[in-house]
Amino acid sequence: MSAVTSRRGDIWQRFAVAIPYLWLLIFFLAPFAIILKISVADPIMAQPPFTPAFSDAGGLQISADNYVFLLTDKLYAITYLKSVLMALSATALCLLLGFPIAYGIARAESGTRNILLLLIVLPFWISFLLRVYAWMGLLNNYGVINNLLMWLGITEQPIPMMYTDFAIYIGLVYSYLPFMILPLYATLERMNLDLVEAAQDLGATSSRAFWDITWPLARPGVIAGSLLVFIPATGEYVIPYLLGGPESLLIGRVLFDEFFVNRDWPLAAAVAIVLVVLVVIPIVLLQRYQAKAAEQTA
Amino acid sequence: MKRQSRFVFSMLVFGYAFLYVPLLSVVVYSFNDSNLATIWGGFSTRWYGELLKNDQVISALLLSLKIAISAATLATLFGTMAGIALSRFGRFRGRNLFTGMITSPMVMPEVITGLSLLLLFVTLQQLTGWPTQRGYATITIAHTTFAMAYVAVIVQSRLAAMDQSLEEAAMDLGGHPFRVMLDITLPLILPAMVAGWLLAFTLSLDDLVIASFVSGPGGSTLPMLIFSKVKLGVTPDINALATLIMLFVSAGVLVAWTIGRRMQRP
Repeated sequence: MSAVTSRRGDIWQRFAVAIPYLWLLIFFLAPFAIILKISVADPIMAQPPFTPAFSDAGGLQISADNYVFLLTDKLYAITYLKSVLMALSATALCLLLGFPIAYGIARAESGTRNILLLLIVLPFWISFLLRVYAWMGLLNNYGVINNLLMWLGITEQPIPMMYTDFAIYIGLVYSYLPFMILPLYATLERMNLDLVEAAQDLGATSSRAFWDITWPLARPGVIAGSLLVFIPATGEYVIPYLLGGPESLLIGRVLFDEFFVNRDWPLAAAVAIVLVVLVVIPIVLLQRYQAKAAEQTA
Repeated sequence: MKRQSRFVFSMLVFGYAFLYVPLLSVVVYSFNDSNLATIWGGFSTRWYGELLKNDQVISALLLSLKIAISAATLATLFGTMAGIALSRFGRFRGRNLFTGMITSPMVMPEVITGLSLLLLFVTLQQLTGWPTQRGYATITIAHTTFAMAYVAVIVQSRLAAMDQSLEEAAMDLGGHPFRVMLDITLPLILPAMVAGWLLAFTLSLDDLVIASFVSGPGGSTLPMLIFSKVKLGVTPDINALATLIMLFVSAGVLVAWTIGRRMQRP
């Protein structure tokens, strides 16, 4: 990197680093400091609706009430747990469905492969909201699926599917499936499929060949895809709101309602901080650890 | 190449049906004459006509486009700078923090990004009086912040795959680093910048949650408007709107895909 970092370029280089750096400090890091600050305030009836960090007399007034409440309130513990569990299950479902699809795409002839890939990417460019909306028309009591089932005589009464956890799972898997397929495809495509055939020629059963060869080689893609599905699914707001029932309390929705409906800004801020500490930070650390491990083996 | 196994083939068929049947059903029902979205009442294009007469939809669409174009342009500018800095400048002070801040917005749940930015704007308003109202400017800033991360990653991976010898040769021959950047590096990463711009544009146009947080009264983007209608259930005019959006997006993606394939061929 010797020539690129020569002295003469210093001013230009500082400029190119400083602008995005400043932007992120102001609009990414500072907001986090503010969330942290507000999460230790108390809600009051005012504009904005929380107590300042310093009282008029100059004393520091902060409290851990919001955190104590979050960690001792049963409802919140259940909500966090349920959000994580649902996101985990949705990730597993995406993997189950996405792996064979990614495998099929990777093995297709190159012309077909490009079209198959395009068809996976296309829904991603179409509005997320509209894709969730599409399921509202299908899952309704008098929606396409129930009409079809009743017309076929499979059921007399419409089967309630809308506003259930089942609908949330459908929405999560449907929305995040492309995020699972693309990284899986990227690793499977690079993989030498001759290895699998060689193993089979040498007498390995196909399940043995899969677990001993395909799966370990595909693991980086599995991890990348799972993270891309799990993280946004944990904090998902739109899907549980539109497809889930009123009792489907997931953390993204609780945060939204705490803020906009109850106007309890400090509690919403604490909910956000706990979500970051519980979910985002462990995952970022795991990702970094995986990347380092991959570098060492490479 | 061997034929696909029967299991893989049926999973492919199932997977693609799963992805496309819901979208097709929206298209079909957008031509439904009935006021009730789920009961078929004959073929009609009247919902498209009503859509064009709906001022609310038109003004929300214009606001969304305005935000998406501004945010994508800013994100491409900042994201490209960040991508170049990360892949070409070696070690500089604060690099770790920089890397962390660039990648974090991509893994942050949307509700948290939205909440944190709104709290920033509220605090800024208390301290400086700006922003006096939330809308176009605040949403553009929010979208720029999370979209620039994607641009930076695309540009960075393009630069990582690229040979540095051209740039080094130009500098050995006495080119000023800034000129080398303009004449050599930028033309080479232009495809990555275009891809980044398009991705940023789409992400901005698509965003509902972050915009809902940082917008104020009157500043309704298209996804916010759609969401407020969709909350109440399926409506025929949203079916028509969804069909139009899918049509435009598919056309755009197909054109980009064809151009991309042409460029790859020698």
